[in-house]
Amino acid sequence: MAQPATPLTIDAQSAEDPVLSHKPENRVWKKFRHHRSAMLGGILVAFFILLAVFAPLLPIPDPLATDWGAVRKAPSMAHWLGTDDLGRDVLSRLIWGAQASLLAGVVSVAIAVSLGVPLGILAGYFGGWTDAVISRCTEALLAAPFLILAIALAAFLGPSLTNAMIAIGISATPVFVRLTRGQVLSVAAEDYVDSARAIGLPTHRILSRYIFPNVLPPVLVQATLTVATAIIAEASLSFLGLGQQPPAPSWGSMLNTAKNFLTQAPWMALWPGIAIFLVVLGFNLLGDGLRDALDPREQ
Amino acid sequence: MQRLKLVHSDSSPNDVLLEVSDFSLRFKGAQKDLISHVSFSVKAGQTVCIVGESGCGKSVTSLAMMGLLPEGAAEIHGGGITFDGRHYDLKDQKALREFRGSRMTMIFQEPMTSLNPSFRIGDQIAEAVQCHGAHTAEEARARALAMLVRVGIPAPEKRMREYPHQLSGGMRQRVMIAMALVNDPALLIADEPTTALDVTIQAQILDLIRDLQAETNMGTIMITHDLGVVAEIADTVAVMYAGTVVEAGPAEQIFNDPQHPYTIGLMSSIPKLTGPRGRLATVPGMVPTAENMPDGCRFATRCPFAQDICKTDPKPQSFGNGHVAACHFAPLDTHFEACA
Repeated sequence: MAQPATPLTIDAQSAEDPVLSHKPENRVWKKFRHHRSAMLGGILVAFFILLAVFAPLLPIPDPLATDWGAVRKAPSMAHWLGTDDLGRDVLSRLIWGAQASLLAGVVSVAIAVSLGVPLGILAGYFGGWTDAVISRCTEALLAAPFLILAIALAAFLGPSLTNAMIAIGISATPVFVRLTRGQVLSVAAEDYVDSARAIGLPTHRILSRYIFPNVLPPVLVQATLTVATAIIAEASLSFLGLGQQPPAPSWGSMLNTAKNFLTQAPWMALWPGIAIFLVVLGFNLLGDGLRDALDPREQ
Repeated sequence: MQRLKLVHSDSSPNDVLLEVSDFSLRFKGAQKDLISHVSFSVKAGQTVCIVGESGCGKSVTSLAMMGLLPEGAAEIHGGGITFDGRHYDLKDQKALREFRGSRMTMIFQEPMTSLNPSFRIGDQIAEAVQCHGAHTAEEARARALAMLVRVGIPAPEKRMREYPHQLSGGMRQRVMIAMALVNDPALLIADEPTTALDVTIQAQILDLIRDLQAETNMGTIMITHDLGVVAEIADTVAVMYAGTVVEAGPAEQIFNDPQHPYTIGLMSSIPKLTGPRGRLATVPGMVPTAENMPDGCRFATRCPFAQDICKTDPKPQSFGNGHVAACHFAPLDTHFEACA
């Protein structure tokens, strides 16, 4: 080297050092990519999302069009997955039903996160009475089983897909409150929160810039896993007639109709069952993979 | 590039910036004071070192000075703290926040964990600027960049865009110092700023703090257990033991003529390169816990000279130039010569 000036060499070193110049996002993505089951989960989820998004563009029959000449037909070239009791194409209903299921999963989790995370941050950061009130309410909600609570709320709000999403969202909120509160307790004890207070940042800035981003990774994992639970919950509510209203297609209501024809037309139950299974599996694998990739201990 | 002007026109060298007077603090519901009758003051441009072993109340005192003690956990039991001539109330967080980070600031022991891992260096420093005054984002970033230059970070524009984990410990401590000093504080409290760093970096960081101090005439309180650091930078020293100041005075006098048995114990436990070799002297025993604090002199349980009189509170004895020691037997040499 021509110039042995010390500060320059320090800088050149760290720029070339692969460990120091490694961004966390890259590291997470790298770990995720090498995680086989996580990639499988990601592909499954992506597949169903693409189906749902592009449903209007696919060359499939109208999911609501009945055909009295083709009632409960077995899978064939004309109807790849068969037809239901009103002669509607099962494949088409399955694809359009993916919209309802995924929408219910994502929207209800969004509701749960946007209610649960702020409440958890308040409870964890302020402690005392705030924590006591929020935590006792959370525990009261947790005392009721998730699905029972969702059913009760959906019945109370009235049967519709929107109300089902609200009911599922509220039922899933306590988990996020608890998780966030616990994370906040550990993050608030970090030195960087003290140093934020020492430079005089107001509380709302500390909460939004120092606490919130650092409690996010586990919340993200929990949210992904909860989407799977919410999809099952939506299917259950639709099965009971509390979710998506007929004739609009939904995997839960398709199963409900199919249960009357299990021996005559088993495909009517088989395909929505498989779809629910695959999408739930996909979200679970994705969540597990995210958890491993975001865990700094598993290097 | 914009050059920071950090000199305070309103402070002359003899202004007392911070005065801690007869300050006592106890945890809610505790029987005894955690911090008992602590007094010292810091002037502009002065470096005060608070020395003592772990658990002697150094850090609690510094948190109290910043008004950062957890609300509801501790209460002031006597005396108080004045900063900029204003007596302050630990319950009035809003008033405290006004000067915290602008007039008075603090750096912490652990540079590895004292920066927010989710934000870029530049954003964190700029945020410190923006929360103390109406600055545009560009102004704040310009000041952050200028400050990074001043603390000697190479390639500062590149570092601005990096995350804390991409920097080494020494670099992070420089960033912490930049963040603390970006608002031209009049007083810096440094809680063991070099403990977590290796020795060569320690010297660099101490030099940096000293240079910045000379430039800006800020007062500095350095909290440390490292007497080597004290010898290097202190103007005055306060030796703390179990929540009390046992001896205080000009650094030179404390090092050359320590008067309290605890200070003597601390001094003799420094390894020396010259002189006879042998086992390093230690002060036997441990600092008593808050519940087991003895009455009278708190050092009596470990003091080789302790006698019955030590069960009463020792009066501070003065030795000139503000050198005081709280011991019944001070000055030790004449006292024990008389006994012998």
